[in-house]
Amino acid sequence: MTAPLLEIEDLAVRFDTEDGPVEAVDGLGLRLAPGEILGLVGESGSGKSVTAYAVLGLVRPPGRVLRGSIRFEGRDLLALPEAELRRVRGAGIGMVWQSPRTALNPVLTVGHQIARLLRHHRGLPPRAARERAVEMLRLVGIPEPERRARQYAHQLSGGMCQRVMIAMALATQPRLLLADEPTTGLDVLVAARIMELLKDLGRRTGAAILLITHDLGTVAESCDRVAVMHAGQLVETAPVRTLFRDPVHPYTRALVAAIPRVDREVALEPIPGAVPSLLHAPPGCRYAARCALATGRCRQERPALLPIAPDHQVACFAAEPVA
Amino acid sequence: MEAAADIAEAAPPARGARFWRRLRRNRLSFAALWVLAAIALAALLAPWVAPFDPNLPDPEAPLAPPGWRHLLGTDLYGRDQLSRIIHAGRVNLLIAGGATLGALVLGAVLGAVAGYRGGWLDQVVMRATDSIMAFPAFVLAMGITAAIGNSLLNVAIAIGVTQVPSYVRLVRGEMLRVREMEYAEAARTVGNPDRRIVLVHLLPNCIPPLIVQATLAMGYAILTLAALSYLGLGIRPPQSEWGQMTAEGASEIVTGAWWLFLFPGLAIVVTVLAFNLLGDALRDLLDPRMRGL
Amino acid sequence: MGFGGFLLRRLALTVPTLFGVTVVGFLLAYMLPGNPALVKAGPFATPDFVAEVERQMGLDQPLPVQYLRYLGALLQGDLGLSSSTGRPVLADFAQRLPATLELTLAALLIAIGIGVPLGVLSAIHRDTLLDHAGRVLSVAGVAMPSFWTGLLLIYVFFYLLDLAPAPLGRLAPGLQPPAAVTGLYVVDSALAGDWPALRSALQHLALPAATLGIAVMAPVARMVRATMLETLQSDFVKAAWGAGLPPRRVIYGDALRNALIPVVTILGVVFGFLMAGNAVVESVFAWPGIGNYAVTSLMTKDAGPIQSFVLFVALMYVVVNLAVDLLYGLIDPRIRLG
Repeated sequence: MTAPLLEIEDLAVRFDTEDGPVEAVDGLGLRLAPGEILGLVGESGSGKSVTAYAVLGLVRPPGRVLRGSIRFEGRDLLALPEAELRRVRGAGIGMVWQSPRTALNPVLTVGHQIARLLRHHRGLPPRAARERAVEMLRLVGIPEPERRARQYAHQLSGGMCQRVMIAMALATQPRLLLADEPTTGLDVLVAARIMELLKDLGRRTGAAILLITHDLGTVAESCDRVAVMHAGQLVETAPVRTLFRDPVHPYTRALVAAIPRVDREVALEPIPGAVPSLLHAPPGCRYAARCALATGRCRQERPALLPIAPDHQVACFAAEPVA
Repeated sequence: MEAAADIAEAAPPARGARFWRRLRRNRLSFAALWVLAAIALAALLAPWVAPFDPNLPDPEAPLAPPGWRHLLGTDLYGRDQLSRIIHAGRVNLLIAGGATLGALVLGAVLGAVAGYRGGWLDQVVMRATDSIMAFPAFVLAMGITAAIGNSLLNVAIAIGVTQVPSYVRLVRGEMLRVREMEYAEAARTVGNPDRRIVLVHLLPNCIPPLIVQATLAMGYAILTLAALSYLGLGIRPPQSEWGQMTAEGASEIVTGAWWLFLFPGLAIVVTVLAFNLLGDALRDLLDPRMRGL
Repeated sequence: MGFGGFLLRRLALTVPTLFGVTVVGFLLAYMLPGNPALVKAGPFATPDFVAEVERQMGLDQPLPVQYLRYLGALLQGDLGLSSSTGRPVLADFAQRLPATLELTLAALLIAIGIGVPLGVLSAIHRDTLLDHAGRVLSVAGVAMPSFWTGLLLIYVFFYLLDLAPAPLGRLAPGLQPPAAVTGLYVVDSALAGDWPALRSALQHLALPAATLGIAVMAPVARMVRATMLETLQSDFVKAAWGAGLPPRRVIYGDALRNALIPVVTILGVVFGFLMAGNAVVESVFAWPGIGNYAVTSLMTKDAGPIQSFVLFVALMYVVVNLAVDLLYGLIDPRIRLG
């Protein structure tokens, strides 16, 4: 196995809310090989976006990283001073944000927004940066890139804004791309094309992608490996085929069963209950309250993430080989 | 951080308890509440709280600086200033409160009717509202007192008129929202009388922002009243009011009697500050939509 | 819809407002004590002559007709006569306007020069000592009546420290005002190279401008802080941080640029504050502007100037708000480019 590009170990992020502390991410571990596409899946509130913020060092009060390490190309990002971290952001790690419309600055032209990254991170002179920005826009499939570069976000469609975001994230040729729900708010066809583009550009530039989504369907089509998060904890991780063919954790099973198919148009309320409040998180498995298989032990003790097959790990007592 | 917000909303404790806890946590606003209570109580019980008769001159101590006998000093005639300020506070709170309450009731009714009926009535009310809002409030109040004279009632009317538009807009906006909502539609088809729909659905939505608005308006009302009186357009002797007392004190500045302009003005600052702090805190607690405006 | 459409729509919106303002102005004028016919006819006129003048002025006509006459006079710049100066109110206004303008501009300069940086710093260093101090300052600034601030400054800087001149007007007695170019003594005396006059003008301007500036600074700082905080939490600022841009760029290039757009809108409100403050501050410092003129004419029961002042301020207010909206449209590409 090659040295991982990104390796997260025992990451915990806490938010101090008015009603008490909330552990939005609790003991998360992830590995991402160079060029790999990993899907990080979970319902909203499961802590997957917070994980991305932590990787970028953008967890701000009332949130803070409690413990853990995030190694990127061998360096622990959590231990880096802010100035060096800034060099990693943008240059080493690019981010595609959730809502492309609001993630673009409304008073700067999109061309300028790409060009300034090139000037800052790659030291390109203004003119070259501008030209490279136009090139990037062409690369992500925007027609008339010269004209579009001079326009503002509000003059572009949602899909086009997302293409701009991708161009921005990839302009500095990062080794890792974080994509946080890159297709929310886009219609199905546009979303499919954006995913295709991401995958294609990832392969071409050799960048690894951490794809954060609540939609297992998207993951099935584009990822190599999948990690499933529930209530701030990782419950299962496996290669994408294994996960779909043989999901082990009850939560993953419920998610897989709930994927809308052609023969079943409406996705019904798939999983009983909601993501539990993490305000007074129970000591045991956080899925226990929603789980049909839960036993007394599940409510008392927290299952560890253990391998059940090569490259397939599950955190569930029911999956543990009987000792 | 959307995730944190989601999580925080997952388990809300009882509303009233939470409200009190959060108000108390904001110590400054909680202090403001106590200050206001103290001021209101002092005004209410003025004859018993004030150390002296506010109009009784102390012949031995004209223009006495603050000291043990007269805590805030005396004026040219030897009247105790602390007692005068306490008594004057009655006028300040009465007029500001009256103006605010009157404007609130009138504005809320106009706004509700305009928003519910719509049509020409709505047009007339809104155009009138716009016209009043086209004037800077204080300048309009000045013009009105000049036009109708400055009895206590007239000054209250002048201040109230400048406040009415904000309540009209607030309630009308809420009314339009409620009217759009399905449950109002449903209630109407079931055959509820109009008035009940308004009361049942509109009031709970309107009351929090109205309370916020009125609290902040009290501060403005006191400032407006004080400035009018300072200019001689508001309360005049023998009635006392903090702005008018400051004006009297201003003429003693050249004699060095600083306490005469300082303390009545300070009374204004403290009271207005308390209303503003409380209003801001209430806004944050009751009406997250208005936060930061 | 481009900027042209926006412009037209905004201009059209002004018409009903102007109508409303003149109606309110007319009603005030109608209710004001004092008979304008009596003023026009002079103190020694016979009752018959006064009645004659009343008829000439249309005071016996029904209200709507009177309103139209009022509007007609207004359009010709006829604001009536002042009974105390005996001159047309418009002429009195024109003479005093530069003083008001000088005070207003100086106060605006102070308010924006301090209020904007204060709000920005407060927002950037949120919940630090600086932020708390800034917030206390701006909350207190709103609560202080401007006459009281003025008196405090006079007491400290004139009476105690003797650093400022007596609060009486724009120049030391004995000095000649500089040749009028702009009407602003500070500018005119500098243009004329009249250094003693410039010095005296600045000294006289300092306290009233500070008084008015403090009153207006508070809402500016508050608004800037609020919009800046909102912008700092917006997605595109997060994205700029995430892209590894340096703080200076993110704060000033991304956040401030966006935060200042809504701040432009409060310039209209600020102007209202300034106008209201003018009447009071000019009285405190005996500053010979239109606010002081209106207030003193009230004392002499002179109806003309006060209603003209109210109307004038409202008209200015409408114009300033219109200008502010147009400016907003110009600097925000979302409106400019539709």
